[in-house]
Amino acid sequence: MLITCPYCGPRDVIEFTYQGDGNRKRPQPASQDLDAWNAYVYDRLNPAGDHNEIWQHSGGCRAHLRVVRNTLTHEILSTAFARGGHKTESRS
Amino acid sequence: MAEYSAFSLLKNALTGNKDWKPAWRKPDPKASYDVVVIGGGGHGLSTAYYLAKEHGITNVAVLEKGWLGSGNVGRNTTAVRSNYLLPQNTRFYEHSMKLWENLSHDLNYNVMFSQRGCLNLAHTPAQLDDYARRGNAMRHLGVDAELMSVGQIKRLVPALDVSGSARFPVLGGLMQRRAGSARHDAVAWGYARGADRRGVDIIENCEVTGFLRDGGRITGVSTTRGEIRAKKVALAVAGSTGRVMQLAGISHMPIESHVLQAFVSESLKPIINTILTFGMGHFYISQSDKGGLVYGGDLDGYNSYAQRGSLPIVDEVMSEMVALFPGLARVRMLRSWGGVCDMTMDGSPIITTGPLPGMYLNCGWCYGGFKATPASGWCFAYTIAKDEPHEFNAPFTLDRFYRGLIIDDKGQGATPRLH
Repeated sequence: MLITCPYCGPRDVIEFTYQGDGNRKRPQPASQDLDAWNAYVYDRLNPAGDHNEIWQHSGGCRAHLRVVRNTLTHEILSTAFARGGHKTESRS
Repeated sequence: MAEYSAFSLLKNALTGNKDWKPAWRKPDPKASYDVVVIGGGGHGLSTAYYLAKEHGITNVAVLEKGWLGSGNVGRNTTAVRSNYLLPQNTRFYEHSMKLWENLSHDLNYNVMFSQRGCLNLAHTPAQLDDYARRGNAMRHLGVDAELMSVGQIKRLVPALDVSGSARFPVLGGLMQRRAGSARHDAVAWGYARGADRRGVDIIENCEVTGFLRDGGRITGVSTTRGEIRAKKVALAVAGSTGRVMQLAGISHMPIESHVLQAFVSESLKPIINTILTFGMGHFYISQSDKGGLVYGGDLDGYNSYAQRGSLPIVDEVMSEMVALFPGLARVRMLRSWGGVCDMTMDGSPIITTGPLPGMYLNCGWCYGGFKATPASGWCFAYTIAKDEPHEFNAPFTLDRFYRGLIIDDKGQGATPRLH
């Protein structure tokens, strides 16, 4: 699988770290809305088809990317910088 | 009902093996059933079997979108073990182990369950301490576990590199001797035949395309072979859980579907007589009765419904194998394939009533569903029959994530690809 980083160009998938479902909305840090926090932490869309997801080019420019990828064919439909989007988890 | 016996083998041999009955019928779906089980894999079939056997509920259909055993029940690496840390998991998987130990007799079908042990290798002192802790937790609940020294491991698996110059030297390991492997196809066929003989209709090539509702209640399913009404609709669709729940109008679940690959090598003479797991990566290996090495590693690491994997993981798995067994470097890989795993947010399964009225849900098996097959069906059948969970599956609710009751054996947090 090749992912086209908007900065570095097409690169092998092993240079990237998967950050998961890009549809999740992180509540404001001070939010006390437990349902919103639960949804952010645990709920996933998990579609069979086009999936909006976040990847980090961790082995390259380290930018976070918003990628639309088909989960049935692994075809990548679009990539863009994820700036202003979802906050990321760190890989342990 | 000993249909398979030394006597029947002899009798059929003398008549040219022309009188064997098909192991299960191929019925057309009826208009309605007491219970419809969606998913004709190991868990769906064992659910139907235990519904009939334990609860006398025989007006049951199992709907399978492909052919029987075409999904994960035929795609796993056949490991059976109950070596968990947390008591909820240990009790459930130990119940499964006990069912495995009598499964061939119970089904009158040889599932070739072979208790050859499962050995987790430790490569650091901290890891060995952690295994000692897990072994103690297991023994506390009556499950067998023993800590093995390097010398014992060397005698058990002479081909393993246990030298100090190994890439990751082995310091010891945790052994569960009652663990083992089974022939996965036989498990599917044995449960199918057992359910069929008790009156369950197994309907292949029948894909669910939607749910029938009466108000908020699920009252049946529409399928590629027509509408089927049911008092109770039970889902056991593993990797397709997200897809099927979306048909029921539930868009979000605490599940991601990921692809896991498995590999078989060419046949070798006996070299590995246990199931071995690597502690410095994600790798496990055993040897089948035919001689092929059966092994696998980590998930590909991103959401996927494609039943095939990519090359970076092939490379990683082979590297891990050679790190443990330098002597296998030139063994050729014969086959590889992928299966779709329903990874939950805590690595533990879900067997529950709901989430909609009239619906029952069995999912979230991550990549450990095969060993759970008997207990999963047994507990799910109980839950469907009694409308409440058995104590073995009571912790495995869907709402545990929202109530702070997660069962995270690895302590990994809500990142499914890392469980």
